Amino acid sequence: MSASSAFNDEKGGSSNVGEPEYGHDPASGGIFSSDYKRHDDLKEMLDSNKDSLKLEAMKRIVAMIARGKNASDLFPAVVKNVACKNIEVKKLVYVYLVRYAEEQQDLALLSISTFQRGLKDPNQLIRASALRVLSSIRVTIIVPIMMLAIKEAASDMSPYVRKTAAHAIPKLYSLDPEQKDCLIEVIEKLLADKTTLVAGSVVMAFEEVCPERIDLIHKNYRKLCNLLIDVEEWGQVVIINMLTRYARTQFLNPNMNESLLEEGGGEKAFYGSDNDDDTDDEEDKEEKEKKKTEATAIVKRKPYVMDPDHRLLLRNTKPLLQSRNAAVVMAVAQLYFHLAPKAEVGVIAKALVRLMRSHSEVQYVVLQNVATMSIKRRGMFEPYLKSFYIRSTDPTQIKVLKLEVLTNLANETNISTILREFQTYIKSNDKDFVAATIQAIGRCATNIGEVRDTCLNGLVQLLSNRDELVVAESVVVIKKLLQMQPEQHSDIIKHMAKLTDNIQVPMARASILWLIGEYCEHVPKIAPDVLRKMAKTFTNEEDIVKLQIINLAAKLYLTNSKQTKLLTQYVLNLAKYDQNYDIRDRARFIRQLIVPTDKSGALSKYAKKLFLALKPAPVLESPFKDRDHFQLGSLSHLLNAKAGGYQVLPDWPEAAPDPSVRNVEVKESVPEWTKCSSREKRKEKKADKPFYSDSEGESGPTESADSASDTASGSESGSGSEESGSGSESEESNEESESASEEDEEEEGKKKKKNVEKIKARKPVPESESEPSSGEDVKKSEKKSKPRIGSSESESEEDDDSESESSESEEEESEEESEEETKKKKKTTASKPPSKPPKKENKKEKKEMSLLDFDDFDPAPSPSQVTPLNNFLSSSLVTDLEGLSLTDNVLSPTTIVPSGNLKTYELLHRITGEGLSVEYCFSRQPFSPDPHMVAVKIQFTNSATSEAKSLHMEDAKLQSGMRIKEFPEIEVLPAGETVSVVMGIDFCDSTQAANFQLCTHTRKFFVSIQPPVGELMMPIFMTENEFKKEQGQLMGMNEITEKLTLEEKCQGEHAVVQRVTTAANLSRVPCGSDKECSHPVPPPPFPIHRFAGKTVTSGSLVLVSVVTKEDGAAQLTVNCEKMVIGTMLVKDILQALTQ
Amino acid sequence: MINSLFLINPSGEIFLEKHWKSVVSRSVCDYFLEAKEKALEPEDVPPVIHTPHHYLISIYRDKLFFLSVIQTEVPPLFVIEFLHRVAEMIQDYFGECSETVVKDHMVMVYELLEEMLDNGFPLATESNVLKEMIRPPTILRSVVNTLTGTSNVGDTLPTGQLSTIPWRRAGVRYTNNEAYFDVVEEIDAILDQSGTTVFAEIQGVVEACVKLSGMPDLTLSFMNPRLLDDVSFHPCVRYKLWESERVLSFIPPDGNFTLMTYHVNAQNLVAIPVYVKQSISFFECGSDGRLDVTVGPKQTMGKTVEGVMVTVHLPKTILSINLTATQGSYTYDNGTKLLVWDIGKLNPQKLPNLRGSLSLQAGAPKPEENPSLNIDLKIQQLAISGLKVNRLDMFGEKYKPFKGVKYITKAGKFQVRT
Repeated sequence: MSASSAFNDEKGGSSNVGEPEYGHDPASGGIFSSDYKRHDDLKEMLDSNKDSLKLEAMKRIVAMIARGKNASDLFPAVVKNVACKNIEVKKLVYVYLVRYAEEQQDLALLSISTFQRGLKDPNQLIRASALRVLSSIRVTIIVPIMMLAIKEAASDMSPYVRKTAAHAIPKLYSLDPEQKDCLIEVIEKLLADKTTLVAGSVVMAFEEVCPERIDLIHKNYRKLCNLLIDVEEWGQVVIINMLTRYARTQFLNPNMNESLLEEGGGEKAFYGSDNDDDTDDEEDKEEKEKKKTEATAIVKRKPYVMDPDHRLLLRNTKPLLQSRNAAVVMAVAQLYFHLAPKAEVGVIAKALVRLMRSHSEVQYVVLQNVATMSIKRRGMFEPYLKSFYIRSTDPTQIKVLKLEVLTNLANETNISTILREFQTYIKSNDKDFVAATIQAIGRCATNIGEVRDTCLNGLVQLLSNRDELVVAESVVVIKKLLQMQPEQHSDIIKHMAKLTDNIQVPMARASILWLIGEYCEHVPKIAPDVLRKMAKTFTNEEDIVKLQIINLAAKLYLTNSKQTKLLTQYVLNLAKYDQNYDIRDRARFIRQLIVPTDKSGALSKYAKKLFLALKPAPVLESPFKDRDHFQLGSLSHLLNAKAGGYQVLPDWPEAAPDPSVRNVEVKESVPEWTKCSSREKRKEKKADKPFYSDSEGESGPTESADSASDTASGSESGSGSEESGSGSESEESNEESESASEEDEEEEGKKKKKNVEKIKARKPVPESESEPSSGEDVKKSEKKSKPRIGSSESESEEDDDSESESSESEEEESEEESEEETKKKKKTTASKPPSKPPKKENKKEKKEMSLLDFDDFDPAPSPSQVTPLNNFLSSSLVTDLEGLSLTDNVLSPTTIVPSGNLKTYELLHRITGEGLSVEYCFSRQPFSPDPHMVAVKIQFTNSATSEAKSLHMEDAKLQSGMRIKEFPEIEVLPAGETVSVVMGIDFCDSTQAANFQLCTHTRKFFVSIQPPVGELMMPIFMTENEFKKEQGQLMGMNEITEKLTLEEKCQGEHAVVQRVTTAANLSRVPCGSDKECSHPVPPPPFPIHRFAGKTVTSGSLVLVSVVTKEDGAAQLTVNCEKMVIGTMLVKDILQALTQ
Repeated sequence: MINSLFLINPSGEIFLEKHWKSVVSRSVCDYFLEAKEKALEPEDVPPVIHTPHHYLISIYRDKLFFLSVIQTEVPPLFVIEFLHRVAEMIQDYFGECSETVVKDHMVMVYELLEEMLDNGFPLATESNVLKEMIRPPTILRSVVNTLTGTSNVGDTLPTGQLSTIPWRRAGVRYTNNEAYFDVVEEIDAILDQSGTTVFAEIQGVVEACVKLSGMPDLTLSFMNPRLLDDVSFHPCVRYKLWESERVLSFIPPDGNFTLMTYHVNAQNLVAIPVYVKQSISFFECGSDGRLDVTVGPKQTMGKTVEGVMVTVHLPKTILSINLTATQGSYTYDNGTKLLVWDIGKLNPQKLPNLRGSLSLQAGAPKPEENPSLNIDLKIQQLAISGLKVNRLDMFGEKYKPFKGVKYITKAGKFQVRT
């Protein structure tokens, strides 16, 4: 009763305030007299059927958990609400469950079925959170359920759920390490995921579960590198750290030959990463010489060439130095430090110095790493010396670290500035910092010989400082310095001997005593006196001082026994009864050793040698030396001790492991959601090596390529031969092969299409042919030219086909080569009838054409093949296709570049040519004898009265690199006749004119052919995704963007496409290829037109996109590696679109 | 990765704990509290502490310690950066980050922490994603929630989680579309006794407040981008375009964010806007000293210097001070020995001066070091590096946004050694 009334009060109170009062718990507990009662009350609220009450109860319970109060006895009441409809209640119940399930395993099992149901929910957030909670409940019994859920979620449609699955992997692993093998399978699967969302989480899981399975990374290495920039920042950190380790096992040390490149400073890193103390230079000279000779010996090994994958990693991580997240910057910095060639490491300095502006904790970590780096790569931070200057407001730990860096950076040139800066620091009120500064001065003095005396003098001055700590620290440092050259500094030793009266700091007193003992022959008069004083105060000294007094006494006894014999005895007697056993032992030992007695053995003879041996000077070195064997940026590096789970950074391998393991197979089975990116993957591969390799025929066609093209050409040739008989039948076979290929693997299908369309390219010939041959005598001239061209065609065709294949296979970059296949292929092509019989124009044909054109590019119609077909028919075909293209945006309208668009240029005017007029046009057909040449069709018309004989060309004057393939000599050209020939010119991707002489039997004419830039390229097929990807790689200087306004006539899609393809020999990139994408995109109201091609000679990609906007506004973008071509192309297309 | 988080107030009380893996007893904090006792200032507590079974990584921010417990190897900066992100998130949600605020919104903070990490690995740290999952409290919303029973917790996956631009949510609508950019530059400098510059650099930051509908694609260009020595960007900025064309092209997050930070290093480029003439001296005999400080404008590009403030940490042995200021007022806290002279606007005609005597504790020796002066100042409408925004273009949306750019120069870590 009391409980329920209290609950009513509570409810009233909370609804008044709006926000429940849980925040003020336990003060609000005033209403409740005890814990027991309060919990009763909560239980009641949880049992009610009002969501608002439940919510409030849960909030109060969670607040208890947050404050660290125990709420475990509410478990049964809470777990009942796991299926509550209210999402917030549900979430809070989840929170509770995860917190207490481990303690109450049996009860927790009650909730499992809810999560299992949740795993099937259509809402991805609910699926994900069910998996999240299920995997967070640390109850061993449900391991199999978790395993199942993870496996299922790993192939979920939603990348968010897959990400959650990746998160669940380490959870399950920590719960039951037995599951490792199964989990590795899931990791392997998720590693292949293409989404940036998953990448970071799965690498995280990889690092926790199986960091040793570096082999799982091979296939995903390039993908990870390429995705990196788009991964969220936390994922970036994990991936970069993992890739650093990966690279250390797979690539060669880029600095292996660095001593060859750099004289002087370079040797160190070469000789193992650990010992390069490049600061002491005095005694190093000889060693350096030695190293140099050694280095030259080793240099004779083969020169180092960086693996392209290694380069890829460095290139793709570099922009992340600009990240706002300090952890990302640090991760990239350590990657560069561990992996980059020495010359490139410098880029990280700037970014690290930037982090020094950040929070003091960030500074602390960064400075630790900079301290380590600055030992090995001092030059890198030297320009930023002043950024490490210390402000009086810095926390002490930061000051000390900055000091460390400054000391590491000190060299002959900057030491004076640094020492001046140190002088300011010595006056600081922060005594720990002053002590550190004095240490730093000491280190500078040992490292840089030139300033040793200056430093020593400065330190001696500090001996008169009023602060004892300063003096003590100075003494200690001076002691170390003096040890290096004691002879010259007896006055300093004397000075220090006097200090024993004043200095009370034990360490300093001990140091002075040691010094005097060690160099007692330099101060023969003072030393015994010091011993006398010390003997007096012996009992009151600290232990370390006592030990040094004994030492001093012993040494003096050995050198000057006359004066000090009694004193020594006295001291030893005192020590004999000391409380400290160390001191007693020492005294006993020394007495036996130095005081000759009858029993004393042989040792006492060597006492002098034992005590007064020359002791090596201490090396003052940085505490950060050698820390770089820990991966920088890691916790282990910071602590200078191996932390749990730290993965050792392996040393570079002696010889590089096989790099081909990273090659990704084309025909890898791809999970369905990533299907759209299978092409991208191929692209990635291509991007690494030259896109179109220049050398031909070095690799044969792939299996897949071959079989595909086989069927294609087979059916094609079949259709060709049968065509004359019945068109319809061959059409069918064509269709069949087409549809079959569509169901095939994508690549295959694509290739096949390429092949088909290659052959197809010849079909629409008549349209284009009829055009240039002007006037009425079309048919006549056609008849005449037919046999000749036909025959030349047949042989070139064969060439052409095999060639096209080999180039295609190069694109695939397949390793396997099958000679036989090639041969067989050649045979099939050879057996093909040389020229295609004419096609009958019927409905079916039209349909077939459109089918073939589907998703295809088509090189511009070739005029060189002559088929009698009348003009009317072909033009009607064109209009039909136009209609199709407008309704169906998948159909590429490039297939119907009207032949009229092939512009003809005049080479020789009728009058200057004495009746012979010559025109030329760019046929846009691949020039078969040499694919690097642009085909130029030349048409001779003899309008003179007499026949022209022996038309040929000679004496070509070409720019360097340009080549011409001459046309075959025309023996006779009767008056009034016209003849066409094709020649090839390799313009070397420039618009320089090709000059040559055109000769008849009587005369020579100087002519020149100058190509418009748009003719220097040939179309290639690309999907939208490929296009975007390539475009992404051709940014910056390679991208030219221009805004324009399309004139009214030109606003239609078709018009734009037509004008662009007229201006340049490019092919349209099919847009909105929906069937490939998992998320269909609705066609945008203002489409983007994309065109792709490559330059004929070098095969550089040329990508053109026209973005249309409202009111005819448009933006033209050209991406081309060759900037000149890009610029000219923009001009030309702009003109074409705006005129 | 991150096992647990404890929030600890300056007096050492643990007022919130959150565990992402199995529970770690709060007694682990004792190691930290021990270290905290040892340290003179809260800033001096080492950020990383090694205990027998755990590693403690902590930050000190807004007078609170955020202490995380780590069990295995993890990049320390990863944790530190995340902890700062937590502090920023609290600030972002509740307007400030303090003990009271966290205690008042205990459950919401707890829910947020739950969303931010999964199994110790960051899951959602973008403020816009978080805000869609757990809506920040407003008075109106809390009233509506109590009446209707709706909650602050979203039930669909935030669009940002899935998109390639997680920093922006979809379907943003504003009636007034506006984009403001503040170019704030801070001068970090160390001047020596004679007034010569030992070290100076400019740290700049472009803060943006963008309230634009839809998915605007902005391009911000500078008149003189070559000035910038080193930059870091919000993830929305396209690196490549900056590399190639030195323009900032980005789809902005909704609301306030830091677009970029930059660094101008060339020392000769750094104009020092004020000079300080000072003499602080202590007499060898007698327990007395004098202080005389004058501040005047130096290179101000014709703008007025405002908000000038001089802060001095006087030596511990000072007993009392007796000063007079010709302009502004000074405060002195005898406990912390902190002297603050708030000058205000700098008038070139009549230079402000603070002088008077300092008395030392009887018998205390003369302090060795003179305290350094920390200067604070502000100049409106001026970026001291000379950086200027050229233009802001918007693509992707049709409306005309209202645009504005503001420049401010401040003193950063500006120290005068004496």
